[in-house]
Formats: sequence, structure tokens, C-alpha cells
Amino acid sequence: MLQIPLWKRVLILGVCLCGILFSFPNFFYEKVETHNKAAAEIEQLGVTPDREASLATWPSYLPSTLVNLGLDLRGGAQLLVKVQTDDVYQSRMDALWPDVRDQLVGIRDQVGFVERVDGSPAGVLQVRIQNADALNTAVAEVRELAQPVVSLTGLAAQTLDVTGQGNVISVELTEAEKIETDNRTLQQTQEILRRRIDPDGTTEPSITRQGNDRVLIQVPGVSGEELKGRIGTPARLTFHPVVRQTSNAEANPGPGNIVLPDVDEEGFFYVLEATPILTGDDLTDAQPSFDQNGRPAVGFRFNPSGARVFCNYTTENTGALFATVLDDEVITAPQIQEPICGGSGQITGNFTVEGSTELAVLLRAGALPADLDFLEERTVSPTLGQDSIEAGQIACIIAFIAVLIFMAMSYGLFGIFANIALLLNVSLLLGVLSVVGATLTLPGIAGIVLTIGMAVDANVLVFERIREELKTAKGPSRAIELGYEKALSAIIDANITTGITALILFALGSGPVKGFGVTLLVGIATSVFTAIFVTRLFVILWFERRRPKTIEV
Amino acid sequence: MRLRLVPEETNFDFFRFRNVTMGISIVAVIASILLWLTVGLNFGIDFRGGTTIRTEATTPVDVGAYRDAVAPLGLGEVSIVEVFDPTFRDDQHVAAISIQAQEGEESASSDMIQAIDEALMAVDPSIEFTSVESVGPEVSGELVQTALLAVLAALAAILIYIWLRFEWQFSVGAVAALFHDVIITIGIFSLLQIRFDLATIAAILTIVGYSINDTVVIFDRLRENLRKFKKTALQEVMNRTVNETLSRTLMTSGTTLIALIALLIFGGDVIRGFVFAITWGVIIGTYSSVYVAKNVVLMLGVKRDWSKPGEGGGGAGTQFANVDA
Repeated sequence: MLQIPLWKRVLILGVCLCGILFSFPNFFYEKVETHNKAAAEIEQLGVTPDREASLATWPSYLPSTLVNLGLDLRGGAQLLVKVQTDDVYQSRMDALWPDVRDQLVGIRDQVGFVERVDGSPAGVLQVRIQNADALNTAVAEVRELAQPVVSLTGLAAQTLDVTGQGNVISVELTEAEKIETDNRTLQQTQEILRRRIDPDGTTEPSITRQGNDRVLIQVPGVSGEELKGRIGTPARLTFHPVVRQTSNAEANPGPGNIVLPDVDEEGFFYVLEATPILTGDDLTDAQPSFDQNGRPAVGFRFNPSGARVFCNYTTENTGALFATVLDDEVITAPQIQEPICGGSGQITGNFTVEGSTELAVLLRAGALPADLDFLEERTVSPTLGQDSIEAGQIACIIAFIAVLIFMAMSYGLFGIFANIALLLNVSLLLGVLSVVGATLTLPGIAGIVLTIGMAVDANVLVFERIREELKTAKGPSRAIELGYEKALSAIIDANITTGITALILFALGSGPVKGFGVTLLVGIATSVFTAIFVTRLFVILWFERRRPKTIEV
Repeated sequence: MRLRLVPEETNFDFFRFRNVTMGISIVAVIASILLWLTVGLNFGIDFRGGTTIRTEATTPVDVGAYRDAVAPLGLGEVSIVEVFDPTFRDDQHVAAISIQAQEGEESASSDMIQAIDEALMAVDPSIEFTSVESVGPEVSGELVQTALLAVLAALAAILIYIWLRFEWQFSVGAVAALFHDVIITIGIFSLLQIRFDLATIAAILTIVGYSINDTVVIFDRLRENLRKFKKTALQEVMNRTVNETLSRTLMTSGTTLIALIALLIFGGDVIRGFVFAITWGVIIGTYSSVYVAKNVVLMLGVKRDWSKPGEGGGGAGTQFANVDA
């Protein structure tokens, strides 16, 4: 007959209590948030009276996990950027050229003169040798530069693909190395973005990789324009020897050289050696400073090997021009007055104080390995988010009250049981969302409201079934039992099919839609639980106490 | 005194007008497809690319002045509409500006946003941009693909599940009802020119979920009744089933609609389109479970003897049909 073993009763009530306990902090969102923030600060930065006071806003013996609010509710910016991973192949090839040249110098008597072919396809290094007969020897020699790919898959692939045709050797990265390079580029980009966006480690940005060449950046409390400002320019700093100056952008720079514009003067160009002497990677520090004329500048320090290279170069080339290039524009190209061996230097140019400060921050964080394209941008201001939260709360409360009244009027006492179960259902839903760290979005709130409406369905199925069984069955106890038994298959089928769609929303959706999928999915699970366990427990507890001869559902 | 949406015992003849209702459904589906093809959908930036800006000001919106301010920037097609909502404060005046995708750019450039900001500040210094969304052509193309994939995957998964649990005829009936709901919802969006974006796809999937929920409950009872009344004509068993489940159908739709209408009125304008789609879906989903899904099963006919699962060349569904029944 109607029986639930004691352990099951305890378990069901225990789950409900946990639900209440873990959803509880969400009703005091601001207090708990202050408490959590203070706790994190104390952990990192130590105790202050202010932080102690903030910590005390919420008792520490209560759970303090909160539902994460999505950017559409708390305000913030989301950017989807594409990393131009192909850029890196080209710069790898540029960096490889001196090595290839040095390698071939060793067999100069066989290959003759060696020169780099201009205008070779992107990502391919082409080298022409004088003596075509020695091509095979030269290819074998260059191939020695290749190394095994460092990868987790452990496939014994080489980094370089070297082929020869006529008197030209072509070098490019192998597919395996391209994949590894892409991975490294993405990781570096994420790390550098993090340093630029969140230099103090306080804003909790979420910077996640999406697919092969994209990064999704989500930062609460800023606008998209602010965020783009912080991400800034790639800040690739390089130092090149100057070959000559020109006013013709189309001028043929000659082999191994490039033409770059001056940052300030329109129509003024420099022909530079393409291979930089040093890059921003060799910097250890950068600070805003002032030059001897009191104009804003950026001071920097080289690492030891960078300092040595710089010292040697300036010693050998005293009197020559030397260009500082930032993101393919020449910032300044002064004459080397004397050897610079102190390991530090200064970038002067037409800076404002803000400009030099910004550049120093970017240089400290490191250069982005590749250019970024902004594919998608979404900003919501905190005020709009707050409006949405308030509107959602009001709608939830009204929906709740209306459904509670409707159920009580339709099913009387049983309706009240279902209503208590509904309240427990929503607190379980909030509790689960908090504990698993799910993100609540505006469509997610709609999901909760929808759950409030649909959660009673399982109870309705059972109650309607009990009504029917009351007409034929022997007594109320049997009718209740049959009601639950026979409604179960419909409940399971109906919720599994709804669950399938919720799962697809979760799997394929992004951002707010994913948030909706999560609440719907969790809501389905909790509503089935409350209907077939919680309401049933209430009904049975009531029935055991009263033993009514007849019941009305 | 209890609230009863339907009398204790009902005996409506739901199939009396089956030709009429089927006719209406078919006409509605065809009309929706025609609307979709001729008038088209008012795609949001998710699918079309471009930028939308939501502005908020304390002084009333002058759409003409906004338009004049933005026109000199040469941004191509710009649409500006004022947004009204009962949840707004008295001094809260909201407008939505949408700008077509700019040539040669992925998402909106900072310069463009700044230029618009400055132009509008000149019209109304209290103006604020409460939301800026910009989607480039590369992403919008992918979002279309993902959205289509999501809807098709949901339909396929449900088709298979129902087929395993019931019979293929039920599965066809259920999916026909889902197509009916989805297409007519798209038709309504086309007719009323409501913005169709990613959230709408989520709403459509929710409709699919709700509609199938309703259909499955009726199918479940039908399966039970087919076991009980082996000799009765199929149409009669079906009618009986619908009558028996009528009270539940209306109760559940009723509570869901109550909750949704509260959200529709008080939930704010940001998600109104989304909530409207779901509300509409609940209504049409309830209709289609009774009239479309059942009619299709009736037309296809169904195996009558459910008492011995797995024997006598039963359909593929029988081996899973009794898992927990």
C-alpha cells in the first residue's frame, strides 16, 4: 500500500533542506557578494578593519555560493575576437631566414651565393642559391634546422617542410607544427589579453578559447569600447637598422628590406632591414618617463641577452640610423650617438602623457603574437541589467502567486501540497544553479518562470489520474497509489522529450541562450523530483495521520 | 468549492470537425511558408550582421532629430525606433538604433560607436548607451547554421525517441505537429515583423519541447487505452483519450500561460519577443497535440494489439515501450 521507507523519507527531506540552504544566499545577493569579495581580499591582501566589517555582513557558517549573473544582467562587455594565426607563420619564417643563411654559409663552396626570394607566398620562406646543381645538398642542409614537433600526441613529425625546385629552396611549417603553433599563439594571446584587461587581478574577466582561432572575452562592469581600449593595439615593438629614407611608399626596398611609414609625418617612409635586431620580447620592463627635453617618453630595460645584442650593435654601428618600430609604423629613427651598453633605453616620439603610459602598460604585458579581428561585440550597461533583474523578479513573483492560487483553487488540499512542492522546486533549482556555478541570464529568468508554470504539470498528471482512479478504485489509498503508478510513464516520457530540447539548447546555444538551456534542464530535473517524491511524501504523511475514508482531489 | 476548467466527465467529439481543423492547419502552414518567402523575416543582427544600440535618455525621444544627427555619418541603412514599455519609469525614454553591417569590417569599430555617441549627445546630453551589440558577417553566417542545426537536431532526436517508445506512426504524428508549430510560429513572426534572432530560435526550441510534452502525454494515454479497448474503433479510442486527458491538458497549459503572461506584461521589453514566441507556442502546441498529432496517427493507422510486446511482428517501438510503463 502507500508506503515509503524511513530512509527514503529522510533522504527526500534532506535534499529539500539542502535546496533551501543553498538557495538562501541568493535572496540576500548584495550582502553575500560583499562578504565573498571581502573574504577573497582578506585571503589575498590581508586583513583590514574595512574588510572585516564587510566579511561580517553574512554569517560564515551559512553557505555563500551565489548564482553567477550573466553579463546581460550584471552589465559588462563581451567580445569575440579572431586571432590572425597565419601572421605567426610569416614571422616564424622571417626569424628563420638568418639561420638558413648561416646554415648555407657552411657549404658556400658548393651552393655559391644565397639570397632570399622577395614576394614569396605568405608563410613560405624561399631561398635562391647560385648553383642549382647543389640543390639537393642545400635542401638536406636546411632540413637539419627542422626539429621534432613538441606535441602531446607524440607523433614524430618535423617542424619544417623543406622542398627544392630549380635553384630555389622553399621552407614552410608542416601541418603538425602549424597546429602546435596555433595552439601556442592562442595560449599566448589569452595570457597577454588577461594581463592587459586585468592588470590588477580584480575584475574577473573570462577569457576562453573558442575553436581553432577565436577567443571569447567577457568582462563584467565595462563597456565594449573601454574593453577594446584596454586590449589596445598588438604593441609589437621591434628595432631595425635603417637603410635609407624615402617619400615613395611603392619604392622597391631591395632584397631583405621593407618599407614602413613614419607614424607622424605623412608621406615619409623608411626603408629598413626586414630582420629586427631586437624585439619587444627582449624587454623586461617598461615605464612612462620623460626625455631630456621634458617630453613624455617610454623608458625600458632589456633582458641580459638583449642588452648584450644591443650593446654590440650600437658599438659596431655608431653613427648609423636606427629605427624603433611599433606595429609596423616607425616611431622614431635617431642616429646612434655612442654605444649603448647599460641595458636600458628610451622610446621618444610624439607622445602625450596618456599615450606613453598606455604604451608602457602594453609593452609590459607583452606583445600580442598576432593581430586580432573583432567579430562580435555585446555590451550591456549595469543599469539596463539592473532593470532586467527587477522586471524579472516582479514577473517571477506575480507568476508564482498566480500559479499558487490557481493550483489551490483547482485541487484544494492536494493543490497546497503541490504548491509547497513548487516552492521547494524553485529553491532546489536556485540551489543547484548556485552549487554548480551555472550562469543566470535574462532568458534564464524566463526559464525559471516557465519552470514555475510547467513544474506543476507532473503533479497535475498525478492528481488528474487519482481523480479518475477514485471513480473506479476500491478506496482512497488504492486510488492514490494507482494514480502515481499510472502517471509515471507519461511524466517520464514528457520530461525526457522536453529534456532533449533543453540539452540541445545547452549544447548548441551560446551566452544567454545557453543560460536558458541550463535553467530549463535543471528545472525539469527538480520538477520531476518534487512531483514524484516530495508531493507524494506530503500526501502520504497526511494520509497516515488522518486516514480519511474519502478524499477529494 | 473547486475551480474546474472542464466538467468531471466530458464527451466532446474532437474528430467531428477533423476535416475542418486539418484544413485550417494546412492552410495556416501554407500561408506561413508563403509569408516567410514573400514578406520575409525581420532578422536581428545575430543573423544579418550589423549593430544595434539601445539608448536611454531622461528627455523624450525625438526620432527625427536622432535620424538627422546620425545621417551625416554615412552609415548606410539606419533604423531608429522608440521603445515603449509599461515597466519604464516616467523619465525613462528608450530608443533602438540598428545599423547595417559596414563594408569591410567585422564588428562595429570603436570609431563608429564614438561618432554616433557624439552625434546623439549633441541632440540630447542625457543620452546613454545602455546596450551595444555588434555582429560581423563571419559570425552571423555561423549563427544561422548553428540555429538550423539545433532545430533539426531537436526534431530528429524527438523523432527517434518517440519511435523507440511508441510506434513509428506516433513518431510521424508528433513530428508533423512540431513542424506545424514551428512553421506557424515563423509565419506569425513574419506577419507581425517581430525581430527574429537567436533568442527566437531558443523560443522555437522551447515550443518544440512544450508541444512534444503535451503530445506525449496524450500518446501515453492512447497507448494505455489501446491495450484496454482492443475491439473499439481507433477513432473512438482516440476521442476517449483526448476527453480523459482534457482536464490535465487545460490545467497545465493554464498554469504555464498564467506564468508566461505575467512575464509578458512585467518582464520588460528586452525579452518580450522571446516570451511572446513561447506564449504563442504554448497555445499552438496545445492545439496541435489534439488536432494535428492525433489526426496524423489516425490517418496512418496503428497496430492495435499492445498486450504482448515484442511478439507477432510488432513495430520497433515495442521492445522499449514497457520500460517503465
